[in-house]
Amino acid sequence: MLSESRAGETSGFQNHVAEIKKRAMIFFDNVSKFYNHNSVALKDVTLKINPKEFVSVVGSSGAGKTTFLKLLIREEEPSRGKIIFDGAEVGELDRRRLHLLRRRIGTIFQDYKLLSSKTAYENVAFAMEASGKSDEEIDEDVPQSLEIVGLKDKMHNFPHQLSGGEKQRVAIARAIVNRPDVILADEPTGNLDPINTWEIIKLLQKINELGTTVVLASHDKEVINMIGKRVVVLDKGMVVSDKENGKYLV
Amino acid sequence: MTTLKRILKTGFLNFKRNGWLSAATVMVMVLSLFVLGNLIFLSAFASTILAEFGSKIDVSVYFASDAPEENIFAVKKDLESHPDVAQVQYVSRDEALQVFRARHKDEELIGQALEELGENPLQASLNIRAKNPAQYAAISEFLSGKKYPVIDKINYFENKLVIERLSTILNSVRGGGSVLVLVLSIIAILVSVNTIRMAIYTMREEIGIMRLVGAARWFIRGPFLVSGVLYGASAAILTVLIFFPLVWLISPRLILLMPSFDLFQYFLMNLLEFSAILFGTGILIGVFSSFLAVRKYLDI
Repeated sequence: MLSESRAGETSGFQNHVAEIKKRAMIFFDNVSKFYNHNSVALKDVTLKINPKEFVSVVGSSGAGKTTFLKLLIREEEPSRGKIIFDGAEVGELDRRRLHLLRRRIGTIFQDYKLLSSKTAYENVAFAMEASGKSDEEIDEDVPQSLEIVGLKDKMHNFPHQLSGGEKQRVAIARAIVNRPDVILADEPTGNLDPINTWEIIKLLQKINELGTTVVLASHDKEVINMIGKRVVVLDKGMVVSDKENGKYLV
Repeated sequence: MTTLKRILKTGFLNFKRNGWLSAATVMVMVLSLFVLGNLIFLSAFASTILAEFGSKIDVSVYFASDAPEENIFAVKKDLESHPDVAQVQYVSRDEALQVFRARHKDEELIGQALEELGENPLQASLNIRAKNPAQYAAISEFLSGKKYPVIDKINYFENKLVIERLSTILNSVRGGGSVLVLVLSIIAILVSVNTIRMAIYTMREEIGIMRLVGAARWFIRGPFLVSGVLYGASAAILTVLIFFPLVWLISPRLILLMPSFDLFQYFLMNLLEFSAILFGTGILIGVFSSFLAVRKYLDI
């Protein structure tokens, strides 16, 4: 009898956990990542990010921010723990079907990662072509998303003909064009001057207001404090603080 | 359908936009295919020469002066059924005399001697040509083993050393030539393969970006394979175009050296096959090396 009721309790608890995981957009379940014996990138990170949230992940360089994002799109594999994206475990995906996950997550990088042999328009269109959208959709959506980032007049320029801020805006247009569930931004303003930085942050806020989950990794104190949303602080691979309306003090 | 169209379009576009890289790759492939083409000519030329030399060797069987013709024909029949024999030619005593007279028609002394002799001193003979010079020994053994009473002598045993030497030379030229052709082809192919791999190496970051942006592996690989086909095809076209004037220029000079081999004629006769080999090789190298090179960078 006793053991039965315990089993019932446990399953009730498990149901509860499962429920949390299901409702979460992103769930890190006790995730660790070691590159080798001496270098710990992430240690026992458990974190839940809800749909439509705007989360800033902060910390000095080497704190594990980039690893955190790379694990999410499975550019890296976790050493321990599970990562759940929208109810499905990322690690269980077949490597050949990874692109299906990545189409649902728009990623923005510090070094833009634009295709240098393609124009701004083609860079954005590539993401749509790759996910098998029709030519009509592409003709309609690409100019629209370039307009959102304010680059419609330069859409036929190649990346080397664009400034840093402009390149980052192309990258944002590419990230949003497939209407992903989540936008990951890894130090998107790291190479930009203050004015461009604000433009990019405002864009990310606007995208978030339209209903997309945004995860921003940054070490820029001013930027984080200006946003005034949830802040998760990483230090030596561990979550040391997680606050709504947080500030980045150190 | 849309995807296939996109892959083709991107492949063509990449080929065009990476102009210098494509041109350099195609040039290296032209060099490789040029070497291959020359090897084809070389082996055709060599086999003509070898065949010519081979046909200069023969063995004659001489018959006793009183041997009846039907006995000689019996030997001829036996020889023709021998698997190593290519051809047997009968030369009667009268024919032998005619040939002899024709050859020495300017030498009065010999004519006089023949007159004084009164009768035909020459023997009837069978001229034997083997399929391969190395087989003369076996054929001669076969003949002497049968102990035909009509046979007077077989000149193989007199010329044995020369025939054997020639045969060894022909064989080693053939063997060495094949090794040379093989080695040079491998070098030419390796150079092309590595050039394409280098060209794709410069694109490795782009390949990674495409993966991170959510492109499927074959969607990324496809255009590279298309470019590979374009490299191979354009290199083959250029190579054939280069060969035309070159062969036309060299051919008359080569004929002076080797009258039985008309290079230009050979080129025109085999143009279709020749082009097919160059196209096939070029495209195969292009696609194969692109496939290998891209695969390495897709694992992200």
